[in-house]
Amino acid sequence: MQSNKAKTRKSTGAILLEFLGSMNLAITVLVTIAIASVIGTVLQQNEDYASYIIKFGPFWHEAFESIGLYDVYSVWWFLLLLGFLLLSTSVCVYRNGPTMLRDMKHYRLNAARNSLKAFHHNRIWQVQSLPDEAINLVTAQLEHEGFKVRRKQHDEHVVLAAMKGGINRLGYLFTHIAIVVICVGALIDGNLPLRLAMLTNDIEIETRDMPASQVPAKSVLGDDNPAFRGAVNISEGESANIVFLNIRDGYLVQKLPFAVELKDFRIEHYPTGQPKSFESDLVIHDDDLAEPLQETIAVNHPLVYKGYRIFQASFSDGGSKLVLKAWPLQDDKLQTLDLKGEVFGKVPLQVGDKELSIELTEFRKFNINPVTGEDGKTEQKNFGPSFTYKLREPSGEAREFVNYMSPIEQDGRWYYMSGIRSSVAEPFRYLYIPTDSNVSIERFMNFRAVLLDAARVRKAAELTVKDLLFDVPQAEESVRQGMITTANRLVTMYATGGLASITAFIETSIPEEERESAAQAYFNMLRTVLGNLYIEVLQAEGLEPAKGVSEADSAFFDDAISVMGNLEAYATPFYLQLVDYEHVEASGLQITRAPGKDTVYLGCVMLIMGIFMMFYIQHRRCWAWIGKTDKGVEIIFAGSSNRNERDFAEDFDRISGRVAARLGINKQD
Amino acid sequence: MSLIQDTMQNDFKRTAYIKTLGIYDWLFAAITLYGTYYAWGEYQHLMDVYEVGILFGTGLSLIALGWLWKPSRTLMLAVAGLSLFGVMQYGSGLAPAETNFFLRFLFSSQSAIMWMSALYVLATVTYFIALFMESEFTGKVATAMTWSATAMGLIGLMVRWRESYLISHDVGHIPVSNLYEVFVLFAIITALLYLFYEAKYKTRAMGGFVLLVISAAVAFLLWYTFEKGADEIQPLVPALQSYWMKIHVPANFIGYGCFALSAMVGVILLIRERAGEGSYAARILPAAELLDDVMYKSIALGFAFFTIATVLGAMWANEAWGGYWSWDPKETWALIVWLNYAAWLHMRLTKGWRGTQMAWWAVVGLFVTLFAFLGVNMFLSGLHSYGEL
Ligand code: HEM
Repeated sequence: MQSNKAKTRKSTGAILLEFLGSMNLAITVLVTIAIASVIGTVLQQNEDYASYIIKFGPFWHEAFESIGLYDVYSVWWFLLLLGFLLLSTSVCVYRNGPTMLRDMKHYRLNAARNSLKAFHHNRIWQVQSLPDEAINLVTAQLEHEGFKVRRKQHDEHVVLAAMKGGINRLGYLFTHIAIVVICVGALIDGNLPLRLAMLTNDIEIETRDMPASQVPAKSVLGDDNPAFRGAVNISEGESANIVFLNIRDGYLVQKLPFAVELKDFRIEHYPTGQPKSFESDLVIHDDDLAEPLQETIAVNHPLVYKGYRIFQASFSDGGSKLVLKAWPLQDDKLQTLDLKGEVFGKVPLQVGDKELSIELTEFRKFNINPVTGEDGKTEQKNFGPSFTYKLREPSGEAREFVNYMSPIEQDGRWYYMSGIRSSVAEPFRYLYIPTDSNVSIERFMNFRAVLLDAARVRKAAELTVKDLLFDVPQAEESVRQGMITTANRLVTMYATGGLASITAFIETSIPEEERESAAQAYFNMLRTVLGNLYIEVLQAEGLEPAKGVSEADSAFFDDAISVMGNLEAYATPFYLQLVDYEHVEASGLQITRAPGKDTVYLGCVMLIMGIFMMFYIQHRRCWAWIGKTDKGVEIIFAGSSNRNERDFAEDFDRISGRVAARLGINKQD
Repeated sequence: MSLIQDTMQNDFKRTAYIKTLGIYDWLFAAITLYGTYYAWGEYQHLMDVYEVGILFGTGLSLIALGWLWKPSRTLMLAVAGLSLFGVMQYGSGLAPAETNFFLRFLFSSQSAIMWMSALYVLATVTYFIALFMESEFTGKVATAMTWSATAMGLIGLMVRWRESYLISHDVGHIPVSNLYEVFVLFAIITALLYLFYEAKYKTRAMGGFVLLVISAAVAFLLWYTFEKGADEIQPLVPALQSYWMKIHVPANFIGYGCFALSAMVGVILLIRERAGEGSYAARILPAAELLDDVMYKSIALGFAFFTIATVLGAMWANEAWGGYWSWDPKETWALIVWLNYAAWLHMRLTKGWRGTQMAWWAVVGLFVTLFAFLGVNMFLSGLHSYGEL
């Protein structure tokens, strides 16, 4: 808003200063930062680069990456914007600060009569009293009103200048210096030297997955690094003296001058199953300590040690030890295999001539799921422990399984739940394996083994056909043999290929018109043979099925053949049962060092104080020009406020009213 | 006005503020102090030192509020009395909610909040009727309805606080922890701010417009209750179990309430300016300068509290997530809102912008605020994991 003439006379430095301190720049920067910030909230930051490529395609991925949109808040141009804010505010304070301070102290005792008369708020009085008396009365009243009053004797008149709420100006300084202070604190914590070192490649981000001890020195930061924010997972019983700083698509290793040991990690739950607290018992080992420091941290309750702050951030499995039992599913002998493994470890398994690998990926002690009861109410229910594993073929293909340790109740019956999927994108499909009267999986496995025992199946088929033909003694031997072969074949197919293979068999071998009735006959036959085999299983258990089969046992049969009919989808040589476990948890700790924090907080306190001072303390001034005229003494009483015109109008009415009253003036104007 | 001046003229003594306080003020202060002290005596074993600080800080702030804004004394006493009554009906279990007459129809949190909802919507309509009929009496009724709605809302929250403890001790928490609860808080705070300005500027013409935004909040609340069952009291996730929540959330909602109010006043200003001087709208609506002033005051107050809330949020984040600033979407949007209003304030103060432009900007500001308040939870994922729809 300067005139052209004024501009030409200015030096470049002054012009620059004026530009940097201008309100237009300030507003532009404020709004630009706001808009730029939006990007980072809409675009997920610091994700896997692979998932960005999937989302945006290679072209846009490249474009976004090159302008830093994946890490907006630390890209150079965003930092530059913040730098501008800092600069603009500093220049603003530099330019306005001295004026504000002067304004706070300066009473403007040289106010001229005419300028006071031109004030929006003023009163003009004529009084009969002596000037000195009027001066004293006005001074006294203004002081009574909370103003500080100064007085200046001019040649012919006296000016009383009063003010109140000069702090308002200090508020300006507080607020704007606070912005600078906060930015400085944030810069300290933003660790510019480290960023610079990364730019010049003195420090390189590591992107490979490898043990921390093998990370090259160029990606390791010493414990003299003043500011960082890192994370580390520690398993129970283990300790760590490093943390990882995740940066873009890689990480850096940050050394700590002490070691953190995790004694124990606990999760507590509400009755509804939601987590109530996460806690870690930590021990700090440091040569500087006479004895290790023991401390428990929880969410919202970090530990501060030597300026490092240790937070409870997350949790995971720390390599729980699992004891497993493998039940064969494709063998006529019920020979189980005992296995041991650790979560995140692999267990090799030789099946026939195939070398399979079991990769244990997860163990969960609690599985809290909503269950809708008969009354229609949904309740949270704990399904107990489960573990997840991938079964990898020599070809590299893998299917994923999740098996529950304890049976789960459904309509009064108990089942072992086992889920399977062939890719992570699919949901798990669950099998419900029925349990026997001991709530054990054993009978099912026995039954399974019997189905795969060719000799016994053959015998059962013969027995079944004999029963079927009991009323038809005249049946020819060839028919009898044919039926036995069919029965035998059906069961064998069923045991190895499930119901699907029988359906396929019917479709290929029977003309379409006869299919329906044939299928009916086949399934009846299959069911009868299976029933006879099941009776053998019951007998082997010492039961006497001839005297009647209990309701539970017959329900078992239905469940079992339905599972068996779908078992081919399971396509696995064994069922892995979790027998026992030792839960080892890992706590995800976040360890930070932020030396600028207190600076930032100081800035925040100043900011809040400054804002309240600016908004709620008004800088008000009053003047009284008192001089002799022909008619006596003339008093021009005027006032101004730097904010809240409306409020001041009322206040000025009141104040001037009281001043007038003190002067003994009854009617104004 | 002139009457005051006449009496003033013979009296130039400015009475000290403390001497202007009447018996009711002192009684109110005594009751509030006693209540604070009683709460401390009763529950001190459950509170940490910060919470004790917050308790007494709140007690003193309420006294200050009551003294500065007289009508709020009666509101606070009524809310305290009726909430206590409601809590007493419960006794030591939640069972009476179904059987006790008062709980069922008035003071269980669910009923009280339903009363609040109904009254706010009715008040909105009544304010508009008063505006169009230019009826003083109808306006008074609307004001009374707004006060009652606010009282019911506050009682609802108070009783809900107790109910959460009746469910189970470790479930208990102050009702500012999820979207349902903060919506109630938002409606109450916006209404209180409005009532304050209504008395200060002696006009009811803004009521209908401001209460529109409250009615919108109520509509959302009802949808949220009946569609999603959001009124059920949920235990707190570990990250929210902190005394910070008790101050961070209310401070935030004073900010949101102010911004909403300023935007609605902005709407009135726009309508008025569009209709032009001498029009019907100009006759029934307050003067442009008044609207401009309310808009500014309200944004200034909102800005101050929003600053406090953001700072408190940063301090809390530092304790819960390990850093005072993580550029989490919620944090970032708070910054965006804040920068936006900072720019607004500068334009007004240093460039002297007034009127329509500023009104538009205030309205846009509400949308930005709304996104920070709701949109972030709905569309963006981040560390602020609560309050998902
Ligand atoms: C994030 C940064 C900033 C914040 C939060 C901020 C905050 C404020 C606030 C709250 C006010 C008082 C407004 C009112 O009373 O209505 C104000 C006034 C002012 N600000 Fe800023 N400001 C910031 C940056 C700047 C910058 C960069 C400049 C320099 C161009 C600036 C120059 C001013 C001036 C000249 C005033 C008027 C002071 C007065 O006359 O009393 N501000 N600021």
